[in-house]
Amino acid sequence: MLKANAKFAERMKAGTEFNASACINCGSCTALCPLGIDLHPRTLFRYVLIGARDRVLENTTNIFSCLLCKMCEDNCPADVPIAENIRSLRSYINRDVFGLARG
Amino acid sequence: MPLPIHDVLGVFSDNLRIRRYVVPLSPGKVDAWAKGLDIPFGGETVLYTGQMYQLMPAIDSMSQLMAKFENSSITRFFGVGRILNRIVNISWFMSGGNGKEQARYNGILRNIAALLKMAGVDFGYLHGKELYSGALVYDEGLDQVFAEHARRVYRVFKENGVKQVITVDPHTTNMLKSVYPKIIDGYDLITRSYLEVLAEKDLKCAKQLPLELVIHDSCVYARHENIVDEPRRLLKTAGSTIHLPELSGKLTQCCGGPLESLFPGKAHEVAQKRVAQLAGCGNSIVTMCPICMANLRRAANDTIEIKDISEHLVNGYCVID
Repeated sequence: MLKANAKFAERMKAGTEFNASACINCGSCTALCPLGIDLHPRTLFRYVLIGARDRVLENTTNIFSCLLCKMCEDNCPADVPIAENIRSLRSYINRDVFGLARG
Repeated sequence: MPLPIHDVLGVFSDNLRIRRYVVPLSPGKVDAWAKGLDIPFGGETVLYTGQMYQLMPAIDSMSQLMAKFENSSITRFFGVGRILNRIVNISWFMSGGNGKEQARYNGILRNIAALLKMAGVDFGYLHGKELYSGALVYDEGLDQVFAEHARRVYRVFKENGVKQVITVDPHTTNMLKSVYPKIIDGYDLITRSYLEVLAEKDLKCAKQLPLELVIHDSCVYARHENIVDEPRRLLKTAGSTIHLPELSGKLTQCCGGPLESLFPGKAHEVAQKRVAQLAGCGNSIVTMCPICMANLRRAANDTIEIKDISEHLVNGYCVID
């Protein structure tokens, strides 16, 4: 069952880096990914927006597998900063899950 | 078992925080490329290597080792390794490097310095003071340790009166041009890649290079920094014919290099696909990023020629005695 964690959603949305509200769910990002990554960015971003922290963390490997090459972002019709969103999720995991805030 | 993300990133974070680098490189190796070139110390304009080219042999050794560890039982001991690495520099032993390769990467930096001198650019170098830019820890989202390091790098430039920086690779260019300004208050360094500096000089070639070259654009140069035309213009002016794979310019395909430290197997798969695309257009590939060059060369396994753009440009624009 999908559980919503309001604090997680608020925290990610309050940050300046994560911004996926413009996503129109078109799937261009998925089609263009050179890795053919298992999880679609649009799905991952939905999880973040509704606060599905557990689902986000289940996808830690996918989040760290992204090349940050911006193939998806440069071709996103809604100008979603996809690479920066992924990077900000890495930052969240490093800080709050891995405890790597200061090493 | 896959490589433990937490522990690998922990080692990177510890290394940068404690030792000012992610992958170890002795001070002698950082500056060896500049020996005998009479580049003055510092000045308002400096050539900043960001240590990327010098680091490639060590990164290559480490990546090959990590590829062996990936999906092996050794990964269970990475946590202990991380703790030990804080006291004894274990990463030093993992990053051997090959002397011949080191000479090649140093040669690339010497080419770049020669090209800038030939173009009449007045520049210095921070001999013995230069630090790594922190690009890898930024990409991996280690934001706090990165921000502290970026401020340290900036302080070195400011303490030495630097106002303009000429960079040599896409990742360092991206850090100084687009990332540092977002996290350092009052950041005022003007940064340009050496390819931009050379392209705006309207150079005349010293010797025609009638080569058939296939360009592999760096995704960081092309999509992060909009540097696409400059390498083409420089190679064409030198007399070379450019061939482009279907995915090129702003649509270039990543070499897979950014995955080397955490997912070496996937990095290799992406590189093999890219090598196949490039090989379909010709057998002489040009790169402009040390990570692309190393990753594609490993995947190509000497089946095609892969050279850094400076290795061609120096032959076209500089008269070698």
